Amino acid sequence: MAPITMAQALNTALRDALHDDDRVVVFGEDVGALGGVFRVTDGLTDKFGDERCFDTPLAEAGIVGFAVGMAMGGFRPVVEMQFDAFAYPAFEQIVSHVAKLRNRTRGRLSLPLVIRIPYAGGIGGVEHHCDSSEAYYAHTPGLKVVTPATVADAYSLLREAIEDPDPVVFLEPKKLYWSKSDVDTPLRTEPFGRAVVRRAGRDATVVAYGPAVPVALAAAEAAAGEGWDLEVVDLRTIVPFDDETVTASVRRTGRCVVIQEAPGFAGVGAEVAARVQERCFHSLHAPVLRVSGFDVPYPPPMLEHHHLPGVDRVLDALDRLQRDDEPDPRFLALGGAA
Amino acid sequence: MAQLLPATQPVRFLTETGTPVADRPAYPEPDQDLLLSAYRKMVVGRRFDTQATALTKQGRLAVYPSSHGQEACQVGAVLALDSGDWLFPTYRESVALVSRGIDPVEVLSLLRGDAHCGYDPGEHHVAPQCTPLATQTLHAAGLAYAERRKGSGRIALAFIGDGATSEGDFHEALNFAAVFRAPVVFLVQNNHYAISVPLSRQSAAPSLAHKGIGYGVPAEQVDGNDPMAVLAVLSAAAAHARAGNGPFLVEAHTYRIDAHTNADDASRYRSTAEVDQWRQRDPIARLEAYLRGRGALTDTVVAEVAAEAEEYAAALRTRMNADPPLTPTDLFDHVYAEPTPQLREQRAGLLEELVEAR
Repeated sequence: MAPITMAQALNTALRDALHDDDRVVVFGEDVGALGGVFRVTDGLTDKFGDERCFDTPLAEAGIVGFAVGMAMGGFRPVVEMQFDAFAYPAFEQIVSHVAKLRNRTRGRLSLPLVIRIPYAGGIGGVEHHCDSSEAYYAHTPGLKVVTPATVADAYSLLREAIEDPDPVVFLEPKKLYWSKSDVDTPLRTEPFGRAVVRRAGRDATVVAYGPAVPVALAAAEAAAGEGWDLEVVDLRTIVPFDDETVTASVRRTGRCVVIQEAPGFAGVGAEVAARVQERCFHSLHAPVLRVSGFDVPYPPPMLEHHHLPGVDRVLDALDRLQRDDEPDPRFLALGGAA
Repeated sequence: MAQLLPATQPVRFLTETGTPVADRPAYPEPDQDLLLSAYRKMVVGRRFDTQATALTKQGRLAVYPSSHGQEACQVGAVLALDSGDWLFPTYRESVALVSRGIDPVEVLSLLRGDAHCGYDPGEHHVAPQCTPLATQTLHAAGLAYAERRKGSGRIALAFIGDGATSEGDFHEALNFAAVFRAPVVFLVQNNHYAISVPLSRQSAAPSLAHKGIGYGVPAEQVDGNDPMAVLAVLSAAAAHARAGNGPFLVEAHTYRIDAHTNADDASRYRSTAEVDQWRQRDPIARLEAYLRGRGALTDTVVAEVAAEAEEYAAALRTRMNADPPLTPTDLFDHVYAEPTPQLREQRAGLLEELVEAR
């Protein structure tokens, strides 16, 4: 078995879904002859024809709105937004229609529809190509928000997304497209709504998702040298959120750090921190900390390494987890904005 | 290219007094039974509309956007299509929906406020009434394309107003429909105002129908207060789409006699003289005069239809005077096919609150 990349796993998932279900159609910008700018749809038009995988006019609201109509007409569209920030023209369609159609019709209509979005940074992309946009979608009831961190999950979660009766925003971490793993498809990993403990540990829980998971695992390796035994939880699906796994882990370890690439303010990490604090208050030995991108627009490529939360910043956070039960000096000054 | 351009003048069969125009349009004339059916539905529709407006005054409806004056467009669209074809209405299309045969109480759910959509879209082939402007035109294009792919023979019609033609989704819908040859008719009811903003501030195009040519979509203008012309043009547009020729754009020139909704004050942006001028072009009076002139409509039938409309309104009034049944847990039950653990928790919390409040 040769290792495959995450992009290849996604491609295989689409291929298998197109093969297994005639209702599945794949469309978007450059997904046909080119095979997508990240080659996730490579060869699909050749194999299944232009009726099953096709290029559309360059208009994201159009792509998503058209997909809504096709889903109402019995198809299962899987659409590609070329980059995170290019999905914003479709925001109204996603928030006002995709997310709400089942609810508006009290379950009489459903929208089996997958919106694939390559997201986040770390690839040296120029402006508008590196946004971490997950919080916008996760804040919208009616959407499922999924982001794989492993090659196996990329395959399995995409298959599940396509089979799901509800709309799924499927966020593909761009910098993991070329990550490789020995994966034998078809395969199924844990279902939606289940977080997975990627590394078991006793001293603190690091919660991460998507592109931050490899950072968390690397930090755990580095921290082991400093005497920290970290547990790493990969959320996999931001919505539905797995309180159970996260809570159980933090109750065991008593400490928690949440990592995300997105700006920290009002982000998914803030939600995780709040939920952990509500459920694990009496098990916590230190405040739940967040390690995130800064509250700045995504920087130019030559500066992005300053912005992205890396291993060092996770290790810095560990230093603030009050192992000696001394309070964090950064939070002692009133109104501190640490 | 010439065949993509609309005629410079709206298609018209009847003058404002209901006599046939001298220069007859090239479209086939709708048959008399269809015209009688249109008359009946317009009269019932207008009575429904008046009743709905009255219900806002009694506090039974949160708000009502009236269709008064636009009945020819709304009824014409329903009659030009088959019952299996899909309609994509906006909030102003209540008269179209009751003309399709949907229970008027279900039509008014959105505006009464007991549900976002009271009827079953799949049963009636009518999408939920759309409030965000022009967004539904893309759904109509996508659904029509799906129907073409399935070979069902069904088409879709999207309603849209003059103001919403400024929204990007309308343009993307025309473009997608044309590129994918989706069998969809876009019906622009140009009632000259987007709430208060006049047409001159929406568009500098010679007509809204002219917006089709840039996308390769053939278009026509029609006198939207001439029921005969509306039926003729929309029937042709539907046939064009059904035959596999792709989308068609129709601009119907009409007027909203009432304010935008009961909450609007139209006197701030338009004159009584202008409204009176449009009252003279009333679509119902016009068709009635024409059919009477042809001997197709007698006093007896007119009285019969009026009585039917009264009965319809009375039944609606009675039913709307009862409070709708409400199920608070409905809040949670249709967010996803399977509620998330968090929604289950919140649902249980609300149930507890309700028990405590008892």
